[in-house]
Amino acid sequence: MNECCSTDNSEKKKINYYIPFFLIPIVVVIYFFLEEGVNFFVYEMLKMDKSSHLTEAIRFFFYDTPKVFILLTVIVFVVGIIRSYFSPEKTRKALEGKPLFAGNVMAAGLGVFTPFCTCSAIPLFIGFVESGIPLGVTFSFLIAAPMINEVALVLLFGLFGWQTALLYASTGLLIAILSGWVIGKLKVERFVEEWVYEIKAGDFQMAEQKITFNDRILAGWNAVIEIVSKVWIYIVAGIAIGAAVHGYVPQNFMASIMGKDAWWSVPLAVLIGVPLYSNAAGIIPILQALLEKGAALGTALAFMMAVIGLSLPEMIILRKIIKLPLIAVFISVVATGIMIVGFIFNWIY
Amino acid sequence: MKIEILGMGCATCNKLEDTVRQAVKETGSDAQVDHITDIKKIMAYGVMTTPALAIDGKVVAAGKLPSLADIKKMIGGK
Repeated sequence: MNECCSTDNSEKKKINYYIPFFLIPIVVVIYFFLEEGVNFFVYEMLKMDKSSHLTEAIRFFFYDTPKVFILLTVIVFVVGIIRSYFSPEKTRKALEGKPLFAGNVMAAGLGVFTPFCTCSAIPLFIGFVESGIPLGVTFSFLIAAPMINEVALVLLFGLFGWQTALLYASTGLLIAILSGWVIGKLKVERFVEEWVYEIKAGDFQMAEQKITFNDRILAGWNAVIEIVSKVWIYIVAGIAIGAAVHGYVPQNFMASIMGKDAWWSVPLAVLIGVPLYSNAAGIIPILQALLEKGAALGTALAFMMAVIGLSLPEMIILRKIIKLPLIAVFISVVATGIMIVGFIFNWIY
Repeated sequence: MKIEILGMGCATCNKLEDTVRQAVKETGSDAQVDHITDIKKIMAYGVMTTPALAIDGKVVAAGKLPSLADIKKMIGGK
């Protein structure tokens, strides 16, 4: 019985191994001819009026949806492969005994690549604390992990260009590093629930499994299936709303509310964004449309970071291990960082 | 045999329990399946990612959802 299944498995893996590589040229061609193709489809085949709002909205929708999905699939696949080289256990080992500031930098960087889900925040937090990693370093990890995620980066890259994506990633990292460092300086250890320190974590002893490159490809593929099946509906809805705004809302409509002259728009955006919980998928296409209508980049970025980086469900989970004062410190330090980023960008651009 | 699912009630953890129960049924194993949600017990295993799967007190998978076929192989036929 064993024999039958192992051959069956390896055959399946071999096929999985090749499929992505056959698809690459096709995907590249589609990606680069997408705009022309959509223009041809909308203007020539459907013979729609170039100046009408409806045409603009439809063209926007048909162009952005496939573009975002192509980017999403490719990037999630690659990130899935990269992630298979990381694990929380390895990250913990790397962070052990690191001094405060260097530890914060490393933790934020590792937070981007270590597979992490908010639902694992508690065992991860305890695991870090247990092995003597300072609280501030742990927080740098916990801030960076959700905030800088591949879906957010893909959408920023696809809808705003690589500069904005880079800007988001680097300021996000900076916020994670500095917020963690500040929290570390504040000596908040007493606000961790006492029982956390009493836990005796066992030694993790799982037989180190040999992971082949095939397995990593498979991991990338699984990540694509998992993430795309989870976020596609938000992306389509977000782009549809974005398309409507794009076609119908007058230029500069948002300038007075979210424009750079309205300084209060940044704190307001953060205030609204913190309790809001959405994945990047739904929020970014809408932001693109708002930005186009005169909203300021800093304000939009601050809103997005607040929505993605801080969320109510995460706080509820963390409340089980840390006391309210520390939650308040956590939220206010990170929110302040986000606001500063927002102000700086509104000021520069 | 004792199979423990270590998880704090996340969606994937529940899916893992379902998959394990199905694997047990399909292989006809007489294993006892428990879903451990107590964080102290979970930490005693030293895992940092949930869901994790422990068989007879030994962690065999952590932070992922193994496939039905993989789980069947772990518990082995009767």
